[in-house]
Amino acid sequence: MEVFQLIISGVSQGCVYGLIALGFVLIYKATEMVNFAQGDIMMLGAYVGITFISIWDWPFWWALPATIGVMALVGVVLERLLLRPMIGEPHFAVLMLTIGLGFVLRAIAGAIWGNEPRALPTPYVGEVLELGSAVIGYENIAIIAGTAVLCLCMWLFFRFSRLGIAMQAASQNQLAAFYVGIPVKRMYSLVWALSAAIAGVAGILTAPVSLVDPLIGFVGIKAFAAAIVGGFGSMPGAIIGGLLIGLVEQFAGLYLPPGFSDMSAYVLLLVMLLVRPQGLFATMQKKKV
Amino acid sequence: MTVLLDIKNIETYYGPVMAIRGVSMQVAEGQIVSLLGANGAGKTTVLKTISGAMDPQKGMVSYAGEAIQGKDPDWVARQGIAHVPEGREVFPFLNVDENLRMGAFSRHDGDIQADIEMVYDYFPVLKTLIKSQAVNLSGGQQQMLAIGRALMLRPRLMLLDEPSLGLSPKLVQEIAEIIRRLNTEQAVTVLLVEQNAKMALEVGDYGYVMEVGRIVMEDSCERLRDATDIQEFYLGMKDQGVRGRRRWKQRKTWR
Repeated sequence: MEVFQLIISGVSQGCVYGLIALGFVLIYKATEMVNFAQGDIMMLGAYVGITFISIWDWPFWWALPATIGVMALVGVVLERLLLRPMIGEPHFAVLMLTIGLGFVLRAIAGAIWGNEPRALPTPYVGEVLELGSAVIGYENIAIIAGTAVLCLCMWLFFRFSRLGIAMQAASQNQLAAFYVGIPVKRMYSLVWALSAAIAGVAGILTAPVSLVDPLIGFVGIKAFAAAIVGGFGSMPGAIIGGLLIGLVEQFAGLYLPPGFSDMSAYVLLLVMLLVRPQGLFATMQKKKV
Repeated sequence: MTVLLDIKNIETYYGPVMAIRGVSMQVAEGQIVSLLGANGAGKTTVLKTISGAMDPQKGMVSYAGEAIQGKDPDWVARQGIAHVPEGREVFPFLNVDENLRMGAFSRHDGDIQADIEMVYDYFPVLKTLIKSQAVNLSGGQQQMLAIGRALMLRPRLMLLDEPSLGLSPKLVQEIAEIIRRLNTEQAVTVLLVEQNAKMALEVGDYGYVMEVGRIVMEDSCERLRDATDIQEFYLGMKDQGVRGRRRWKQRKTWR
């Protein structure tokens, strides 16, 4: 039963990694930029949720869509203000920009909400579900269920909606997308909105489990590893990679000496890069030169 | 005959390299205009400048009386200019049906399904491949898909860049036939860029010849076919002579 317990907490932690990794992948696929501030955007989402719920006393089910909306807006503003002027600049410059953006977001969050850890009260906090001898917190169930619902929505959106297919088209062949009249630049804004909104959901889901402080965005590094394990550029890969890293961490924490738990994500990443450098789900096609 | 597309003295650069050195040309509504020239003459750049993928430093592109140079390519497409780029730029991981629907992205009328049927009418082979990803199509099928997708825009003007590239002679004939039919049946004006001069001169009504960024010759396609220069350099009816004499500008008397 201990194993079952570990699996549940590993999966729920992995879902958070997976959601952040999803943001990495979305932006990378559409714009070929890697947004290293993704974890910090998640942190911002958690704080926005805290503002609505514990400072303004909104009911949880209002605060959730409001947070998603605010974060989508943040994504659009970031794209328009910072990233769009960088179109055509070297990848390295964009990379530095997003790393810098992470610093700025951390500082801003510290200035507004303070550096002390805060808790996010939710309707389900503290309640547990007992399955045999295993005790599962509702927070963990919420993370898993929330991730599942979100993934389903994303799949439906990208598979069946006109806009979702257009976003795929714009990422698969930018020039052709321009020529058929798809407003590619607006699609980029939309991708940023989408990935910031996902990060916002991840923030709200993870906040009840771990306290929120301006530095929680550093899980973004593990999420980045997850995205690579899954094969950078594959959306299911991002989630699977996240789950894998979450599980490995939990089991390393139990069976290996202390300290290995935090390291295990990167060990997994290294092994992956050695054995299967293209990742689990290699959908990336070779780039045309 | 009204002029649909009027290009006046455009100059376009790739960085410091001047690719187009002052090109002026006109495309009359309802015509098929062929643009010929060797590799690197700047034909593709002219098309890119028209569709907004590149901005000219000087000059004017006016379409239906409106200046369109320097606009975003998606905006230009929505004005009714469909650009079929060189090398069949399809959406590789979307299926044929989705590719065609994307062609109609800017449209909001209810006739999209009917237009898809029309495309299948022109290219029956696509109908058998509706659910295949475009990346799995053969070169000729991808070219048909690219042309079909451009049709979904209901264009008034179609820019075709090397539709015959890499296709078998039989397929080239088929594509030529389709271009002619689109022109007469759908009233699409066509600007056709080709290296296959034989095909371009057969299909076209009027032709321009480009060399190193300039228009060096223009006439009706019929007369171009008979011109000795064209026969010599593009239709391969005579030995090509020494390299230095192949430049038009040394044989013409404008300087």
